[in-house]
Amino acid sequence: MAEKSTPPRAGVGHDVQTSTAPQGEAHGGSTFPPFNSETFAPQLVWLALTFTILYVLMSRLLLPRIGEVIDERRERIQRDLDTAERLKSDTDKAIATYEKAFADARANAGSIARETREKLDAKVAERQAAADADNAANIAAAEKSIQQTRTKALASVDEIATDVAGAVIKQLIDADVSASDIRSALSSRTS
Amino acid sequence: MAAEGHGHSPIEQFEIRELLPINIFGIDASLTNSGAYMLVALGLIVGFLYFSTGGRSLVPTRLQSISELLYEFVANTVRENVGNQGMQFFPLVFSLFIFVLVLNLLGMIPIPGITFTVTSHIAITASLALMVISIVIFYGLYKHGLGFFKIFVPSGVPLALYPLLIPIEIISFISRPISLSVRLFANMLAGHIALKIFAGFIGVLLGAGAWAILAPLPLALTVALTALEVLVAVLQAYVFAVLTCIYLSDAVHGSH
Repeated sequence: MAEKSTPPRAGVGHDVQTSTAPQGEAHGGSTFPPFNSETFAPQLVWLALTFTILYVLMSRLLLPRIGEVIDERRERIQRDLDTAERLKSDTDKAIATYEKAFADARANAGSIARETREKLDAKVAERQAAADADNAANIAAAEKSIQQTRTKALASVDEIATDVAGAVIKQLIDADVSASDIRSALSSRTS
Repeated sequence: MAAEGHGHSPIEQFEIRELLPINIFGIDASLTNSGAYMLVALGLIVGFLYFSTGGRSLVPTRLQSISELLYEFVANTVRENVGNQGMQFFPLVFSLFIFVLVLNLLGMIPIPGITFTVTSHIAITASLALMVISIVIFYGLYKHGLGFFKIFVPSGVPLALYPLLIPIEIISFISRPISLSVRLFANMLAGHIALKIFAGFIGVLLGAGAWAILAPLPLALTVALTALEVLVAVLQAYVFAVLTCIYLSDAVHGSH
């Protein structure tokens, strides 16, 4: 269709088939618009033009732009998940450390208590032993002094007995008997 | 021209009207309503995708979500049908899908005397289909050499059947661009003609005295058909994209 002066297209000066609806009778024997080959060229020219521009803009500019954002978001989410995972494992580790420290401390406290108790027991035993030894020594000393006193007393008793016996003999029979005789006589009796 | 009196023909809406005569080296490159609609579609698509992703925010805005949904949707379609090697064709499939989709939908917006559906013209759909098939053939030959023609030889079939099956495969291959283009063209054409006819009934009934009482019937039908046509517009764009992917899969993977 060559140039048309008026917008109402009609195959001006062209063969009849140009126009799809040549006035009035509209679609009488005229070409069905989609099959009117006269219109193919302008359609295809503009299709080629617009689609090429669209394709170039899509592949060079728009799709990479959208893809970038989507990828970035996906990466970011992945990164955040990784971080969360790491933090969780860190936390687990910290909890394990804490629990270990707690168990150690408890064991430590137990051993300190035991040691202290043992030390105290030992000290008590030692003191007890010392006191026992002291007492034993005192008792031994006391017994010894009692023994001495008794021996001394017994010795005095002999003397007194000898003296008494000498005096008694003198009174009774008026004879002087030597002290040694009396002593031997006494000791022979007692033994 | 639809304005003047005889605007009841359901065919009129498909007429190509010249807006700006241009002639380049003897080729008629006039800007027509078809060309203008394509320019508008181009502007809408590019403008929307550009400005909706302007913020590139990690938490997408509503418009950015739409762009991203479209992106993911087409990307998944390509990945599922062609595989990851097919992603080099993603811009092509996306362009085809969005171009056909927007042109189909633009044709659904009624503007008296202007509304035009670019995809209701066989020249457009056939060109797109031929482009797809050419890419399939050229890429297939580039990738597999003459081995590409093995797609015509079904595997696991006794030799005796080859003379029968190979012609069938060739015919089915050749009919692909035809079915691809005719499917879209016929859907758009038939849908818009049906719409126009039923919408025309409303006017006819209103002007027919007592019969005007029946006018709501075709009105209701027109509303229902409009909804159906919107569905068809989206569906056909998707079908075009999916079939493109399936054909490209042949080129990428060779014989099936």
